[in-house]
Amino acid sequence: MAAAALRDQLTALLSSMFSQGLVDEQFQQLQMLQDEGGTPGFVSEVVTLFCDDADRIINEIATLLEQPVVNFDKVDAYVHQLKGSSASVGAQKVKFTCMQFRQFCQDKSRDGCLMALAVVRNDFYDLRNKFQTMLQLEQQIQAYDPKQQ
Amino acid sequence: MSTKTVPEPEPHVLAVDDSIVDRTVISRLLRSSKYRVTTVDSGKRALEVLSLDRNVHMIITDYCMPEMTGFDLLKRVKESAELKEIPVVLMSSENSPTRIRRCLEEGAEDFLIKPVRPSDVSRLCNRVIMK
Repeated sequence: MAAAALRDQLTALLSSMFSQGLVDEQFQQLQMLQDEGGTPGFVSEVVTLFCDDADRIINEIATLLEQPVVNFDKVDAYVHQLKGSSASVGAQKVKFTCMQFRQFCQDKSRDGCLMALAVVRNDFYDLRNKFQTMLQLEQQIQAYDPKQQ
Repeated sequence: MSTKTVPEPEPHVLAVDDSIVDRTVISRLLRSSKYRVTTVDSGKRALEVLSLDRNVHMIITDYCMPEMTGFDLLKRVKESAELKEIPVVLMSSENSPTRIRRCLEEGAEDFLIKPVRPSDVSRLCNRVIMK
């Protein structure tokens, strides 16, 4: 596929991520920081760190919620971490789900937390798939024009 | 006779955050404003760096961290005769007026709400480092 077509595909993907509310203006700020600072690979680095970290946190929360006696303070601390890194990367939908999740932690509701975990996991997997497609497209575009790397 | 202008050294900032995502973002923001940045993942590590490197111009720390919070680190810095002059800036994703007031009363230079933006860093540069 020609570079121009790949760029169009990337633009359409990013535009749909914004219009679906998956990412917000903070993600745009990171892109601007990369473009203006001449630091190629910065967005890719942050997105990869976020995905690894979020995956780890979601697994930790799932383990905690399987315990016979749930430590809701610990669950809340993990959700707080996930909310923070989501905000920093501009993962708006995951951030909002985390805010609702924290309410269930404060209510000490295991059922509520399990439901919120399912939603957060689903939102995160959806976003991660989009991020992966975005990074693949960027790599393919760079392969056409190595000077952009 | 020719005179050479010696460039001013880049201000050195110690950034403290237990989140690797936040450390990476704040570090890039500061570097883009021409700061030299050292990042650490805890208040304990920050105190270790400060004991070895006396040339830190500003500390920017997350508030909510396990073991030693950003507030604890602020207190340790302000209680130290050697470190108390270093400006300390706190960051948090929670916009809690009580928390912010407590930090400012304890001697914090500023309190930033996460996610930190490039405009926040420019403001810091003007207010803290250029003071």
